[in-house]
Amino acid sequence: MGIIRTEDLTYVYGEGTPFRKVAIDKINIDIDEGEIVGVIGHTGSGKSTLMQHLNGLLKPTSGKVYIDGEELFADKSRLKDIRFKVGLVFQYPEYQLFEETVYKDIAFGPKNMGLGEDEIDRRVRETARLVGLGEELLEKSPFELSGGQKRRVAIAGVMAMEPKVLILDEPTAGLDPRGRDRILGLIKEYHAEKGTTVLLVSHSMEDVAKTVSKILVLSDAKVFMYSDRSSVFARADELTSMGLTVPQVTRVFDRLRAMGIEFDDEVFSVDYAKDLVLKLLEEKRRH
Amino acid sequence: MIKDITIGQFFPGKSVIHRLDPRIKLLLTVMYIVMLFIAKSFSGLGVGIVFMLISFLLSGIPIKMMLKSIKPIVPIIIFTGILNLFFISSGDVLFEWKFIKITSGGVTTMVFMAVRIILLICGTSLLTYTTSPITLTDAIERILSPLKVIKFPAHEIAMMMTIALRFIPTLIEETDKIMSAQKARGADLETGSLIKRAKALIPILIPLFVSAFRRAEELALAMECRCYHGGEGRTRLKQLKTAPRDYVAVAIGALFIAAVILLNRFSPI
Repeated sequence: MGIIRTEDLTYVYGEGTPFRKVAIDKINIDIDEGEIVGVIGHTGSGKSTLMQHLNGLLKPTSGKVYIDGEELFADKSRLKDIRFKVGLVFQYPEYQLFEETVYKDIAFGPKNMGLGEDEIDRRVRETARLVGLGEELLEKSPFELSGGQKRRVAIAGVMAMEPKVLILDEPTAGLDPRGRDRILGLIKEYHAEKGTTVLLVSHSMEDVAKTVSKILVLSDAKVFMYSDRSSVFARADELTSMGLTVPQVTRVFDRLRAMGIEFDDEVFSVDYAKDLVLKLLEEKRRH
Repeated sequence: MIKDITIGQFFPGKSVIHRLDPRIKLLLTVMYIVMLFIAKSFSGLGVGIVFMLISFLLSGIPIKMMLKSIKPIVPIIIFTGILNLFFISSGDVLFEWKFIKITSGGVTTMVFMAVRIILLICGTSLLTYTTSPITLTDAIERILSPLKVIKFPAHEIAMMMTIALRFIPTLIEETDKIMSAQKARGADLETGSLIKRAKALIPILIPLFVSAFRRAEELALAMECRCYHGGEGRTRLKQLKTAPRDYVAVAIGALFIAAVILLNRFSPI
């Protein structure tokens, strides 16, 4: 059994009013520990709602959520502890910063966990290093930082809680390409270093393709598919009809393959594509 | 859920009351309040009740909505009721036990005050149920505009009210989001002593203030980009125009006030 499991999870907004809307409908997922999963779906497909169920911020209308084998809402007093197991980084997390210094803000979560001074200090410094915030920034006010730095502080604040599962809701929204690559890079690094299960919510296929190994596709409040990258992208036509796109490189290489050039079918990043093309040219020259 | 709080409680409709000019509606509400406060007897209040009932029936607002508007003030009614009951010692003594003394004067005042408060709330709720917040601020602007002569910023004040009303739902949504985010970081908002809970609000209030200021700045910039320069020379999309029915409504209101004054003079109860 995986670290995250849901059973017929359903959530309805505004039950009993004219605004009734089924946000997620009978979701069954099972995610293994240590996995790095991309969650995609276009606006309103229920991504954010699903994520908020995974640490008990929303109570399911029906169905169940199991975290690490333990049912959420079975025992209310356990909810807080389970919440520490699942770190949730919201969209635009920089708007939740409030402390006087970056250090104190990152320490907010660990402090709420009731950890000792030394442990908090270790965690704050370690995560700050991990997200690429220099020591000199720690004593600054978070409101003096740039947008990208603020976001990294906010992400560090959740990472410092060292959750077993880290969920990031659109962590790259509104950032420039460099900031985006930086965030995605640090997520990958964090995953590699800690072995934490990571869920990356995004509507950008390019982001997801670069970072994750498995993809969960949501469409109209339901799970469309949950599989590894290549088998998801193999259904490019269906994805397109749902308003989702396959990464551009993948599309280019799909066409090339259709034209009869031999490539492996796991081309998701431009760097990898470049290597492939160079290798192919090299071979041609030798012949 | 925090989202369920409604502040602009406008209930759309096409009744006569809805179609009355908002300025006239404001005026009538003021007249109605005067009516309730000059009434000295139950018969005077009865006139107020009749006025209320007529407007209520004409408006087509469901009775459930009206009851909902009274609900939050029930504690106030009970509180003032108890005060009146125990501390007014005029009239015959109805009940006496140790230091507690209930008199007929106390009972009458209690009922009288309770009815008056309920009528007040019903009347003002009816105004907000039948007038959208935006039209209401429009009306306030127009009513206050003669004061421009003495440099009173009527347009600016109305604009501020409109913006405040517009941003209430946005800020509520934002609060919801920040609360979830801090809860996800283990913030405990529900348990602990009063001081502890007040302290727990800091992680919510600071980001909320920061974002409110940011929004204000962005809005000001956007308004300036569109050459907004206050009320002078500004025309409106929706012109307020009085129709014959508005004058009829004012006349009816005046008649009711006259009735209350007459009853005060000649009716003992």
